[in-house]
Amino acid sequence: MKKLKRRKPNRSRGGDLGIYIMLTLFGIFMALPLVYAISSAFKPLDEIYLYPPKFFVQHPTMDNFQDLFVIMGKSWVPFSRYIFNTVFITLIGTIGHLLFASMGAYVLAKYDFPGGKTFFNIVVTALMFSGYVLGIPNYLIMTGLGWVDSYLAVIIPAFASPMGLFLMKQFMEGIPDALIEAAKIDGAKEWTIYYKIVMPMVKPAWLTLIIFSVQNLWNTKASNYIYSEELKTLPYALQQIINGGVSRAGVGSAVTLFMMIVPILTFILSQSNILETMASSGIKD
Amino acid sequence: MSILNKYVQKKKKNFHIAMYKAKRSKNCYLFLLPYAIIFTLFYIVPVVMSICLSFTYYNVFESPRFVGLQNYINLFLADDVFLTSVTNTFLIAAITGPIGYLASFLFAWFINELPRYIRAFAVLVFYAPTISGQVYLIWAIMFSGDAYGYVNAFLMKLGFISQPILWLTDPNYMMPVILLVILWMSLGTGFLSFVAGLQGVDQAQYEAGYVDGVKNRWQELWYITLPNMKPMLMFGAVMAITQSFGVCDVTMALAGFPSTDYAARTVVTHLFDYGSVRFEMGYASAIATVLFITMILCNKLIQSLLRKVGT
Repeated sequence: MKKLKRRKPNRSRGGDLGIYIMLTLFGIFMALPLVYAISSAFKPLDEIYLYPPKFFVQHPTMDNFQDLFVIMGKSWVPFSRYIFNTVFITLIGTIGHLLFASMGAYVLAKYDFPGGKTFFNIVVTALMFSGYVLGIPNYLIMTGLGWVDSYLAVIIPAFASPMGLFLMKQFMEGIPDALIEAAKIDGAKEWTIYYKIVMPMVKPAWLTLIIFSVQNLWNTKASNYIYSEELKTLPYALQQIINGGVSRAGVGSAVTLFMMIVPILTFILSQSNILETMASSGIKD
Repeated sequence: MSILNKYVQKKKKNFHIAMYKAKRSKNCYLFLLPYAIIFTLFYIVPVVMSICLSFTYYNVFESPRFVGLQNYINLFLADDVFLTSVTNTFLIAAITGPIGYLASFLFAWFINELPRYIRAFAVLVFYAPTISGQVYLIWAIMFSGDAYGYVNAFLMKLGFISQPILWLTDPNYMMPVILLVILWMSLGTGFLSFVAGLQGVDQAQYEAGYVDGVKNRWQELWYITLPNMKPMLMFGAVMAITQSFGVCDVTMALAGFPSTDYAARTVVTHLFDYGSVRFEMGYASAIATVLFITMILCNKLIQSLLRKVGT
């Protein structure tokens, strides 16, 4: 294969420069609050209430994190329990979502069967329903099922999040039909085709799906459904720490940093994966 | 003899094909079943329940009482705060929706022009605000109403203002600040989809474009990139609608709940107030129903506009 030239022939230098300037300016605007969040997590208490306020930390310290661990150690329910709850919900919810959504997406993308199109259109519409809007009837349903105050109320609905099915189906439509036909002629069962052929080909899609699911579940407070202290999630427990008032301002910024680090890390890790998969998955039919 | 044989064989084959098709469809339903059950239970049934409850008076403790259109009449004729919230929601949606959508696409497109490793970093920088949980609370510190707030301190130092502005308490300043924060967070799922979509456009089409005389990046965008991106554009539109109509967390966290003079109240905040604070479920359901219908209509409108792209 001929290697592509680095510069595309129809790009002007001026335009490139303009793009770089635009991206830099807006990039700074986007990153500023995040940089501030990181910087202030290392601020000692007297610097947080400094006048005039300083944007960057002057004398970085780990005090806030130490305080955070002290507070965690003193909590009524062992703090590790909150961490376990959130990790458990995130893990199970994501795995189930990945499995169910991709199974549904596979048949919706690759087969024409009565009701399939209608179902998919409903899912697309459901992309627009936010949690608050569905909150009230969902609570009534959870009460009916007896799932209030259990993980089920958070995990099971996450299985059917419309976003995952939608993304999967869109990506799977790109798989050539010929490939599936060929596998069928070779005598592969539907499940084998799905598991051995289709799933490995849509890695970018399922990585994307994992990112969304993790972000969503990691930040879930679930305070609507869960009352027992030992079942509460990490964001809920951390929120309680932040709500502690002025003296907790330092710890609060440590918490903010801690909460933002996990989704961002997942994203960094899976983004490199996505780019890699994209680069090596040169399917041409 | 041989003709009969052929005929029988053909019949047999047709029969097998029919059997095969039926079996294939059965498998389809089996594959879809687990998702469909959960989806119906937690996404379809709630909407239907919302619509039904919106015609009742229901406070959780007593069973629902049918009141006809009373909730809707109250909503549009008697509830001034609702009308404020509708105005605010439409203002937010009309400004952040289109701007956020265009910005998502433009930045994704610009980023796509970058070399590979810078590209990965740029995607992270622009996408991070959306995924980092409650980091938007930082804006509350930036726009804090006293002289300790960064924006106030900065403006006072430069001499633009002589005393601190109550950014988040003064109804005059509340909305602009909220719009800024929402725009800051608007490069979300749609943006990511655009980035992925742009990378997926077949390079051969661009090369063919050079040969056929596509002169600059704008022509390339209109004739090659956009037509290829249609599915992503549709998806981005749905996401933009969801985000801009669903605004609630940000306003509640920044401007307080309730905000001064209800100046930052949105439809979803209003819904939250009646559903989770006052327990007027019937009324809250009516608000939810109105919101559903608005969003669906908006989506239809945008879809019909997007069909014209690249034609």
